[in-house]
Amino acid sequence: MCGTCGCGSDTNGPVILKPGEHKHSHDEHYHHHDEHTHSHEEHHHHHNDGHTHEHSHKHKVLEIEQDILQNNQVLAARNKGYFEAKNIFALNMVSSPGSGKTSILERTLANLKDTIPFYVIEGDQQTLNDANRIDALNIPVIQINTGKGCHLESDMVYEAVKKLEMKNDAILMIENVGNLVCPSMFDLGESKRVVIISTTEGEDKPIKYPDMFLTSDICIINKIDLLPYVNIDVEKLKNYALQVNPNLQFFEISATTGEGMDEWYKWLKSNI
Amino acid sequence: MHELSIALGIVKIAEDETAKAKAKKVTKIELEIGVLAGVEIDSLNFVWESAVKSTVLENAEKQINIIEAKGKCIDCETEFSMKNIYDICPKCNSNFKGILKGKELRVKAIEVI
Repeated sequence: MCGTCGCGSDTNGPVILKPGEHKHSHDEHYHHHDEHTHSHEEHHHHHNDGHTHEHSHKHKVLEIEQDILQNNQVLAARNKGYFEAKNIFALNMVSSPGSGKTSILERTLANLKDTIPFYVIEGDQQTLNDANRIDALNIPVIQINTGKGCHLESDMVYEAVKKLEMKNDAILMIENVGNLVCPSMFDLGESKRVVIISTTEGEDKPIKYPDMFLTSDICIINKIDLLPYVNIDVEKLKNYALQVNPNLQFFEISATTGEGMDEWYKWLKSNI
Repeated sequence: MHELSIALGIVKIAEDETAKAKAKKVTKIELEIGVLAGVEIDSLNFVWESAVKSTVLENAEKQINIIEAKGKCIDCETEFSMKNIYDICPKCNSNFKGILKGKELRVKAIEVI
């Protein structure tokens, strides 16, 4: 069974596509557990008659002490090295669904694309919708559809990056699957992790979903144009976030009106 | 449900180590999971059976050692036990702390035949 999609076969695995590409090519299917599922059959048969084995083999304890996420971390390190060598500033954008990740991207790209080369990787369970929104701005973009998977992993980003063929001195925006829980555990090799929360969400979200705020470097508070209409105390929200992660840096913006975006742009430019 | 990814990570480690040791299957696996590791043990148990099916871990006994969390205040150096990742220093109320333990997520040992 596949960990990213939860499926039993490789037909539902993550799909990595450029806008305009079609889904049915099997080469594009991406499934890192293939080898294992094939080799199990063999193992299985050997053990059907347990008796002889019980006597002829001794139990042996292997001290392993291995980190379970090591595989993801190794490939994340590989991505990171690639980004650093090419001077690519890679951002992993995480949030709950609907906080405005794609809108922030759209506005940022539209305003800065003439001064900075951008690349985008979009992560969603289904559809090319987000990639099409970015593609409309003439920015190179790859869509990763995780199927039933709830987060991006470093090997998917690795494959997507290969397809992007990025030039040096650029910014790569990776929009993770909208989910405030699972993506926190999976390093993609990003330079900085950016968590986005909008003013329509509760101010105690940082302590409800602390892992994401703990592992992020930047916190964008979006939809500040709605502040007159919603019941949220931004200072309280920030205090909760700082309680989880005292090193967080904040940007208060509205992707709709453009308010506060200049500070964000300044920070982006200072990192390349 | 990232616990499924975690379970499959465990399966991969067990498969690799079993092959390296030229063993046939795993009879027992010992895991160390910190309370701040971000893994729901119930969820892990829930996905375990389907994750280990037809692998060396099928029918293996699973032992999970829960590791309690401990932090150390950066401001006043008090060591304190933690329940949540956002717990503050009980002595000086500072948010700045190092997590000494409780983030573990590893395969400690496997017993193979």
